[in-house]
Amino acid sequence: MSWEVVIGLEVHVQVNTKTKQFCGCSTQFGAEPNTQTCPVCLGMPGQLPVLNMEAARKTVLTGLAINADINLVSKFDRKNYFYPDLPKGYQITQFPLPIVEHGYLDIPVKDGEKRIGITRIHMEEDAGKSMHEGLDGVSHIDLNRSGVPLMEIVSEPDMADADEAIAYLKQLHQLVCFLDVSGANMEKGQFRCDANVSVRRPGEPLGTRAELKNLNSFRFIKQAIEYEVNRQIELIEDGGEVVQETRLFDSAKGESRSMRGKEEAHDYRYFPEPDLPPLRFTQAEVDAIRAGMPELPGQLRKRFETEYGLSPYDADVLTQTRDLAAWYEALVAAHPADPKRCANWMANELLGRLKESGTDIAESPVSPQRLAGLLERIADNTISGKAAKDVLDAMMTSEDDADAIIDARGLKQVSDSGAIDAIIEEVMAANPAQVEGYRGGKEKLLGFFVGQVMKASRGKANPGMVNQRLKALLKG
Amino acid sequence: MDIDVRKVAMLSRIRLTDDEAAELGPQLSNIIGYVEQLSAVNTDGVEPIAHPHDIAMPQRVDAVTNSNRRDALQASAPKTESGLYVVPKVIE
Amino acid sequence: MPFSTLSDIQSRLDAGQTTAVAVAKTYLDRIAAFNGDLNAFVDIDPAHVLEQAEASDAYRAKHGARALEGLPIAVKDIFCTQDGPTRCCSNILKDFHAPYDAHVITRLKEAGAVLVGKTNMDEFAMGSSTETSAFGPCRNPWDLERIPGGSSGGSASAVAAALAPAALGTDTGGSIRQPASVCGITGLKPTYGRVSRRGIIAFASSLDQAGPMARTVKDAAMIAAAISGHDSMDSTSVPDAPAVDWLGACDKTDMKGLRIGKPKEYFVDGMDAGVRAAIDAALAECAALGAEIVDISLPHTDAAVAAYYVIAPSEASANLSRYDAVRFGHRCENPEDLLDMYTRSRDEGFGAEVKRRILTGTFALSSGYYDAYYIKAQQVRTLIRQDFIDAFEQVDVIATPTSPITAFKLGEKTDDPLTMYLSDIFTIAINLAGLPGMSQPCGFVEGLPVGLQWIAPAWREDLILNAASAYEAATDWVKTPINFGGEA
Repeated sequence: MSWEVVIGLEVHVQVNTKTKQFCGCSTQFGAEPNTQTCPVCLGMPGQLPVLNMEAARKTVLTGLAINADINLVSKFDRKNYFYPDLPKGYQITQFPLPIVEHGYLDIPVKDGEKRIGITRIHMEEDAGKSMHEGLDGVSHIDLNRSGVPLMEIVSEPDMADADEAIAYLKQLHQLVCFLDVSGANMEKGQFRCDANVSVRRPGEPLGTRAELKNLNSFRFIKQAIEYEVNRQIELIEDGGEVVQETRLFDSAKGESRSMRGKEEAHDYRYFPEPDLPPLRFTQAEVDAIRAGMPELPGQLRKRFETEYGLSPYDADVLTQTRDLAAWYEALVAAHPADPKRCANWMANELLGRLKESGTDIAESPVSPQRLAGLLERIADNTISGKAAKDVLDAMMTSEDDADAIIDARGLKQVSDSGAIDAIIEEVMAANPAQVEGYRGGKEKLLGFFVGQVMKASRGKANPGMVNQRLKALLKG
Repeated sequence: MDIDVRKVAMLSRIRLTDDEAAELGPQLSNIIGYVEQLSAVNTDGVEPIAHPHDIAMPQRVDAVTNSNRRDALQASAPKTESGLYVVPKVIE
Repeated sequence: MPFSTLSDIQSRLDAGQTTAVAVAKTYLDRIAAFNGDLNAFVDIDPAHVLEQAEASDAYRAKHGARALEGLPIAVKDIFCTQDGPTRCCSNILKDFHAPYDAHVITRLKEAGAVLVGKTNMDEFAMGSSTETSAFGPCRNPWDLERIPGGSSGGSASAVAAALAPAALGTDTGGSIRQPASVCGITGLKPTYGRVSRRGIIAFASSLDQAGPMARTVKDAAMIAAAISGHDSMDSTSVPDAPAVDWLGACDKTDMKGLRIGKPKEYFVDGMDAGVRAAIDAALAECAALGAEIVDISLPHTDAAVAAYYVIAPSEASANLSRYDAVRFGHRCENPEDLLDMYTRSRDEGFGAEVKRRILTGTFALSSGYYDAYYIKAQQVRTLIRQDFIDAFEQVDVIATPTSPITAFKLGEKTDDPLTMYLSDIFTIAINLAGLPGMSQPCGFVEGLPVGLQWIAPAWREDLILNAASAYEAATDWVKTPINFGGEA
């Protein structure tokens, strides 16, 4: 009794241009209601759209990054429906001839990679916001968001479970950030996902799909998809039929409910937008856009693995964002002797501390150069690794460089073998029984001696050197 | 052709009284009946056009040109509150 | 003075023989005296008109005259103006005041024109007789029992009756030319894209164009010169439109070497005999002026009205969706819920013809019908456009009657929408093809004006102006006195 799950995702991405898709209003988030509107995005009589060419270029760039075809001629259409947050009573979008088609993203799956097809990316405009919370019998409409440029990215129904869906979304999210085409902040509604989910028995045709909306975090998307899959399977196994409908996910209850009964199915009556001519790019213009593409995450990961010898895991962590990758490379430039040490200290030590204080790498109080200074002192054995962590803690809240902190706290470790030998001999003299025990074969006692030496040196002895000299001197 | 005028009116968000529906229904059918003659025109291989001329898309620069004119723009609004447009509750 | 041309008034202003204030007063007096009989104006603010006139005189004294300095121009209620209401003669906009000027209004202001009131029109420009106006019908000054044409009937009536020397109109399927024809004045619809549509309440986006309605060809050209030109906020406004020497093109007095196409589909049996005779006489006059009349065919003419009555309502059905009672416009009392607010506000606010067109358009675009109606109509549109392109290989301009009939009586065609639609059979194809067209007076049938229509290739308004000014110079139709409102 096995089931196949078929998932397709539609992602609406707000393009991070300064102005809206069809007018010169600002797109800044968080303004007072309706203060970023004009007759055009309010749909007032006689007003006409004028396309934001920067948004068009960013859409082309995104299409190139997913290896898609760029339609040098694409057209705009009107999608007609009535809703208070849709001022014109139609949305300007692209229907039969979108600007981008036939791309893909390769996502990591359990044993390698899987290619997820992307059917199309088209340009359209966002709607405003309706607010109902705590209002009695009325809704409030804010049209600041009306007209903000969107890219709608539609995947093929190529995903087979919630994990693949999340992997795809994370990849896509990272990509649009890398390309600097969107802030993609999900809480601000800049990256919104709808999921189409259906189930079928292997070998059978596609089942009826349900559309899940109102998914605004990766965690909820996973929850919603898993819930929906179970719901559909149970429904069919109980003899029921899946209905094509839109369902809203309630993250608090962890379940979805149908939006049926709101109104009958939409007939969008798409037709060509008479107020806009076709959008044309020359091949030369597309090539120029491609030439400006930054290194993409996949390329960057592979380069970090080969050029810096990093593990796939570390390479992945350090290429999560362009800022992280650039920071790492600045660190390596300042401490070129050991890229792996750089990776280790950045990924495991610095990022952990930044996460605790909720700080972005771009706002790190420690610069690559300052951290490199610390790594130098580890490399030349001035301090132990353990002491270095304390130094880093201090660097997070002061502007001093590593040397100043090491001096101020007296953290220089003792690496002089003569000095260490002296301490070892004292310890050995004070613990003759253990010496005998060690020499008699109890090798575990080494740890005891290490502890004693470190204690006697107040932690300053170079642990590696201690180990080495202990072994030599204990041997007798 | 018999047209479901109430369905079309609903799509258009226009209420029709029974009298209006009784009058507009046949009129709509007549109009559609008239334009049916288009089907007799041979349009094999003919591209439909949405614009009378071939023109280039204007290249608008991405720079903010609009400022806050909320009061002036909301002067004709039926109902607002604290700068928001007020409508009967939208049911999700 | 009232029956003077714009050009004459301009000469007198330039010569210091009169002032903008005096001119404005003349027309304001006439409006006060005669608008009640015509209902050509649905809004008039005499104080504001005089203010503008005073400002114009002051400007002239300080800086000299701009292109239309001090000249009064009436404005169809479809052009958004910050001063006064803009209602498109619809109840759904009965309290609307636009917070912006239409681009052409700005251009007229920059040229120093004095804008006069708002003229009557068919509601949302949907009609051919100005009978669908929510503010009462308008009357033809040549016969008060008859319609002034539509949808720019108020503008045509006002100019014919000299309540204003000129006016702005809009033309989607003939709404400048047909009223000009039945009111005995001159009206020009420019090439689509020549004049900005920004701030003009949209009816059918791929067909609408604004244009002048005036007493003579030259007057029309003066206004066209001022309002034409690229607007970066209208994406269908053409940035590199071939230039026209508007005034220079009006100096022609002969038609030597001009090839005039006479399309057989526009000269059918069953046409009004009087109209036919007037047009034939006009063409004979053209031949006498040196033109060669060439028989041509525009084979898809018969399908034009049907194509138009799919395309225009389709575009309109979407353009009028914004009248949803949310941000402006009429809202019904005590809406029960959102659906009630939408449906009842729009039912109350829109008249019957507007409803018919919205329903027609919604139907033609709806699932299952889109290919058969909308796509088919746009294919036929391609064929119609090609007909003209082919014809213009053989001729320079095309001449036809503007309207198959003269002004009909009020109420005569309101029972059957289809009958009314056929008023536009000779004007509609020109909008579908995006071409320029002009109507000028060419005779009378039983005291009612007949209009001659000129059609040229895209961007060749100069050819129209050449032919029309030569015809006007050789005939006296524009000087025919009207038995209304006295003669100055």
